Amino acid sequence: MSLALNEDQELLQNSAKNFVAQNAPLGLLRQLRDTSNERGFDEKVWTQMVELGWTGIAIEDSFGGFDFGYVGLGVVLEETGRNLVSSPLIPSVLLGATAISYFGSDVQKKRLLPEVVKGQLLLALAGDELPIHSPNHIQTSATKVVGGYRLNGNKTFVLDGHVADKLVVVAKVDNGGVRSQGLSLFVVDKKAPGLDVQRTSMVDCRNCANLTLTDVHVEEENRLGSDIAANDSTSRFARVLDIGRIGVASEMLGSMQAAFDLTLEYLKQREQFGVLIGSFQGLQHRAAAMYSEIELCRSAVRGALFELDNPESSNDSVARIASMTKAKVSDVAKLVSNEAVQMHGGIGMTDEYDVGFYIKRARVAQQFLGDAAFHRDRYATLNSF
Amino acid sequence: MQLSAFRTEVRSWLETNCPKSMRLPAVQDEVVWGGRNFQFKNPDSKIWLERMADKGWTCPTWPEEFGGGGLSKEESIVLSQELSRINARPALTSFGISMLGPVLLESASYEQKLEHIPKIVRGEIRWCQGYSEPGSGSDLASLATRALVDGDDYLINGSKVWTSYADKADWIFCLVRTDVEGPKHAGISFILFDMETSGVSTKPIQLISGSSPFCETFFDDVRVPAKNLVGGVNNGWAIAKRLLQHERTMISGFGLADSLNSDPDHASIMDKVEDAAMHYRGDSGRLSDPVLRDEIAQFKIDSEAFALTSQRSLEESKKGQGPTATSSMLKNYGCELNKRRYELLLQALGSCALGWEGSGFKSEELTVTREWLRSKANSIEGGTSEVQLNVIAKRVLGLPDILNMRKSRD
Ligand SMILES: Cc1cc2nc3c(=O)[nH]c(=O)nc-3n(C[C@H](O)[C@H](O)[C@H](O)COP(=O)(O)OP(=O)(O)OC[C@H]3O[C@@H](n4cnc5c(N)ncnc54)[C@H](O)[C@@H]3O)c2cc1C
Repeated sequence: MSLALNEDQELLQNSAKNFVAQNAPLGLLRQLRDTSNERGFDEKVWTQMVELGWTGIAIEDSFGGFDFGYVGLGVVLEETGRNLVSSPLIPSVLLGATAISYFGSDVQKKRLLPEVVKGQLLLALAGDELPIHSPNHIQTSATKVVGGYRLNGNKTFVLDGHVADKLVVVAKVDNGGVRSQGLSLFVVDKKAPGLDVQRTSMVDCRNCANLTLTDVHVEEENRLGSDIAANDSTSRFARVLDIGRIGVASEMLGSMQAAFDLTLEYLKQREQFGVLIGSFQGLQHRAAAMYSEIELCRSAVRGALFELDNPESSNDSVARIASMTKAKVSDVAKLVSNEAVQMHGGIGMTDEYDVGFYIKRARVAQQFLGDAAFHRDRYATLNSF
Repeated sequence: MQLSAFRTEVRSWLETNCPKSMRLPAVQDEVVWGGRNFQFKNPDSKIWLERMADKGWTCPTWPEEFGGGGLSKEESIVLSQELSRINARPALTSFGISMLGPVLLESASYEQKLEHIPKIVRGEIRWCQGYSEPGSGSDLASLATRALVDGDDYLINGSKVWTSYADKADWIFCLVRTDVEGPKHAGISFILFDMETSGVSTKPIQLISGSSPFCETFFDDVRVPAKNLVGGVNNGWAIAKRLLQHERTMISGFGLADSLNSDPDHASIMDKVEDAAMHYRGDSGRLSDPVLRDEIAQFKIDSEAFALTSQRSLEESKKGQGPTATSSMLKNYGCELNKRRYELLLQALGSCALGWEGSGFKSEELTVTREWLRSKANSIEGGTSEVQLNVIAKRVLGLPDILNMRKSRD
């Protein structure tokens, strides 16, 4: 397997790079925060992203997408990560649409996916219920009733939960008495009676929500797949999460590279003791170590994205490389964001300077879909030790 | 030729020509270094070397004109895949292949190439590296071994140290000072000579691991023909650095130890740190020491990401361009990984990895102890880890050099 981008993928990367540089500066995020924007992302930038076709990159063409694969979506996320662009790309496209692609029937896919591609439908995936990512701990229940299901439970850390038109909720199915081991996904309309959505204001200024579901009725036709067996870490549901993990790792790669570039620039411009601070070996070696770690992350992300598009991959091979990548990238994101603040000295602590946005986003992304410790544990289990 | 046709051809050639015993895991004292006086411990090694050398496949991408295989980069990848598919041992391992040959091909005269390259390909001459001196290690450019013109020759005086296998080598590629006037980098030349020349002597040094692979090397009025100088007088530094990049790329391969797939029939329990840990800790299914388990996972994750990085760097380096400044990153990371690997093995094996010799320990346990000690050299040989970080900071990241800044201000 080669790790080099092909011509089309390179083209996409360059156009994403240019678009982000010209239209989506980091200042946008600051502005959204300072104006307490209700949606939490810039509508104009999002519309342009939709026009560029980014929403359909990883969706099959029979459902309105462009069948360009996850490598394509990954390189786009890496570029948006550079400027910490807040958009529904991760919640709606990477997570929501992927869940539907994997579990939906053809009818459901035809109904939902083209709308996602057109940007007319925003999705969010509601999985976690605890402060620590625990895909094996799903308490939300779906009880069979006439014509559908009744959902009860709580969800937390739901990206874009407050703006999504439809929420893809993971729940345990209760088949009258015996609770099935398996999980199902339910597409719940944001206006469904019994659904309470609380926007949570997060440290990274991106958008999250907590959900409370009280006797929410979902029609049979809005149940996606059945008996998904979440406990098995190489199940198809795990595959959806793994795609999310790899996509988020791509975004994190872009962000850490940008934080590192910002720091490197500062080392070449700030003088103390009559010399540039970048000439101090104590800082040089730490910068060189960060550079090396970022290069390793780039290779891991590339390898993982290619594995997603590899027709011979298995849930197991994807699980291993996803955990490898998310663990590595999470550790390095922490290292680089901490060093970025430290090497800036006092100015790194000011809100006015951008570096603070990177450390805040890094922690949220590290935690999202499993931190380094979670993925090392899973990696060890997958490798039988 | 189509790559697939080439693969078929290679596969059937190997089937006929690679002796069965050469498909068993490599043993340390059967490594073939070549050279005038080389003793083949296993007669099959000799046959294997001769057959591979006849094809030029000991140096697959070198030009056929000088005995190399003349393969494209893609073909050489196919060859190495086919070799590892049957677990073939390297037919020849040498400093000539990994360090000297590539720079001779880049910088030597036609006559010099014709004289030396074919002998490297065939393993007829074993080379050693005369760089470090007692007073010049990391600050290599301060080297003092002097070469003075004397008629058509140079007279060389001085000494080198840490010269790996100087006592077993036939020839040396050596850095000498040919000018003392200008800046230190500008007075260095790269010269080749026979270790049997009168005035050359060596004295082995023992390592902390107990073996003595390197030497002190002394030059006392050693007469070397001026034509043996490579790349022009006082032009040696550029060649020296280029060679170090090749050396670093080679050494970075140590970091791949964990990701190599060993033949399950001949695997040693030590091949994979987690297997060793499970075996010695007696855990079933899952390592019970959660701290060791986490550290091993971290190590393996870094090893995998490193292996992908080596692959990416190879793919990204354009054809013929060879290693770049990233070789310092790979060298540094790979060496630190290998050292971590041995520390983890030590941790996993407990007192079984603390034996020195004799009965009471299995031979593979004693090997772990010795190799753990040997691994400490990884971050010193070929330029220390600190020096690699300096190179990355300056050459890759473009950070300013404090020595230059001070000088320019004085
Ligand atoms: C097993 C082995 C095999 C070897 N084989 C060969 C060989 O075949 N041929 C050959 O020529 N040489 C060989 N070497 C020598 C090797 O290249 C040198 O040991 C190495 O370059 C370091 O030089 P030194 O030992 O003089 O240490 P020093 O340069 O004295 O370094 C001592 C310490 O100071 C640090 N240091 C030095 N300068 C700096 C700096 N600018 N910034 C930060 N830290 C610094 C070093 O990193 C190190 O930690 C071998 C060494 C070993 C261990």
